Amino acid sequence: MNESLSAILSEIEGLVLKEDKQYLFGEVKPENIFNVLTYLKNHPQLYFDSLSCLTAIDNGAQAGTMEVIYQLYSIPFHHSLSVKVILSREHPTIDSVESIWKTANWHEREAYDMFGISFNNHPDLRRILMPADWEGFPLRKDYQTQETYRNIKVDYQQP
Amino acid sequence: MKPTYHYTENNLIDSEPNKFKEENLHSEEMILNIGPQHPSTHGVLRLEVISDGEVIKEVVPHIGYLHRCFEKHAENLPFNQIIPFVDRMDYLASMNNEHAYALGVEKMLGITEQIPKRVEYIRVLVAELNRIASHFIAIGTYGMDIGAFTPFFWVMRDREHILRLLEWASGSRLLYNYIWIGGLFYDIPVGFEEQCQQYIKYLKPKLKELEDILINNKIFIERTANVGVLPLHTAINYGITGPMLRASGLRFDLRKVDAYSIYPEIDFHIPIGEGKMGKLGDCWDRTWVRMQEIYQSVSIIEQCVARLTSDLKRDVTFDPQALVPKKIRPAAQDFYCRAENPKGELGFFFRTDGRNDVPVRCKVRGPSFVNLSVLPALAKGVLLADLIAIVGSLDLVMGEVDR
Repeated sequence: MNESLSAILSEIEGLVLKEDKQYLFGEVKPENIFNVLTYLKNHPQLYFDSLSCLTAIDNGAQAGTMEVIYQLYSIPFHHSLSVKVILSREHPTIDSVESIWKTANWHEREAYDMFGISFNNHPDLRRILMPADWEGFPLRKDYQTQETYRNIKVDYQQP
Repeated sequence: MKPTYHYTENNLIDSEPNKFKEENLHSEEMILNIGPQHPSTHGVLRLEVISDGEVIKEVVPHIGYLHRCFEKHAENLPFNQIIPFVDRMDYLASMNNEHAYALGVEKMLGITEQIPKRVEYIRVLVAELNRIASHFIAIGTYGMDIGAFTPFFWVMRDREHILRLLEWASGSRLLYNYIWIGGLFYDIPVGFEEQCQQYIKYLKPKLKELEDILINNKIFIERTANVGVLPLHTAINYGITGPMLRASGLRFDLRKVDAYSIYPEIDFHIPIGEGKMGKLGDCWDRTWVRMQEIYQSVSIIEQCVARLTSDLKRDVTFDPQALVPKKIRPAAQDFYCRAENPKGELGFFFRTDGRNDVPVRCKVRGPSFVNLSVLPALAKGVLLADLIAIVGSLDLVMGEVDR
């Protein structure tokens, strides 16, 4: 199964397949992400019908990149794939996949909240966990907490 | 120059503003805030409801009131010190959280095969005990939301025994820090297996009672059947997992699908919703599936105890901490692992760089977080009283939604 899976995956345009110790992952250019994921979902032999997890990683100011990682899983075929997208750190922008999987809605809101990645065509891109008037994006590597929030001292020591 | 804050009447609203503005609504609609301190929201969940009389037009959940920066903390802590934080996510099922986390880190380290069988059986034993406790809370508080007060006391009484058992094993009642990476904090105390057997003997008739008074109760059925029907394709598209997905009719349980830990050696089956009292995937089905899962957990516990008292008996040479690594430093990789929590698929995404004892990134995919995101779709067009029934049937733990 795994070999035929990678055979199908390696033919997809815009998806660069790589093998890790534990599992398969593919790299996609940010501009292709919507088309590639739509194809992955609708292909009759791949049929990635569930998006388990969507997350982002900040690689720090030195690398100057951010990553968005999609964990796809196919319930009928029991195979999984993770798809990586590398974005620039200055203007992290990517197409939303909310119209493919509805579950992406809240995951993308969380990625926006924590990393400041903006998702195009997202229906409701608001902060989800932090207060709406919080400053900065907490999970960025160079994040500095604000000194006060509504006259309350933010007492968090950066380790 | 930052503006300084001055208290005015409406200033506080800015921190979590409503999505809808009053001036954009139709004249018959109004904004109603439910929560964050209302008992039927199961914690600190605020629901912004646009209602037309009794009928709900839109629901917007506002979360984040219990946000404790788990992911930020995890980026600064070694792997073994993250376990107490993992406990505090889904605080009703800490053992299951720890089990999922320990399995993930062990897989990254590549020591999964070396874990002794006895350790694995003890892990599954305590995790299934905790699963029963978590489902008890789900069923009991759900009954209370609907108006049935007595079953809540009954399940709390029966859950107390589980908490005492787990306290006996680990030293604390809710947040255990018992399952460690590569082993356990301690072996189970002498006599634990017998107490489990006695408890199971005590529990079985009580489960029948609970089913009679609540699940098959006429009032309960009238209140929950055909309410909040979740079709299967919607459930999958929204990423729903756990009892909610199974209630919609898909036999999908990670204990079987991924066959992690010692679950392949254990004989149990996965209950799914059958639409007995109404449409498939309604609130009654979800509660019924949880009830059936308790029976399955009881069966798993019996099998674990049977093994632990026969061929995997305790002996003086057994050291549950023998394999606990002194330095937990997985090779550089990205890794996603998942396990079945009482609420659904609990996933951990790790990135490690191989030079450090702390993860570069640790993301949690909480089942409650994802299950809550379907609420706006489920609650469109229902009555206000049914909204409470739907929120209760999701079985939310806000500690995990907000992390």
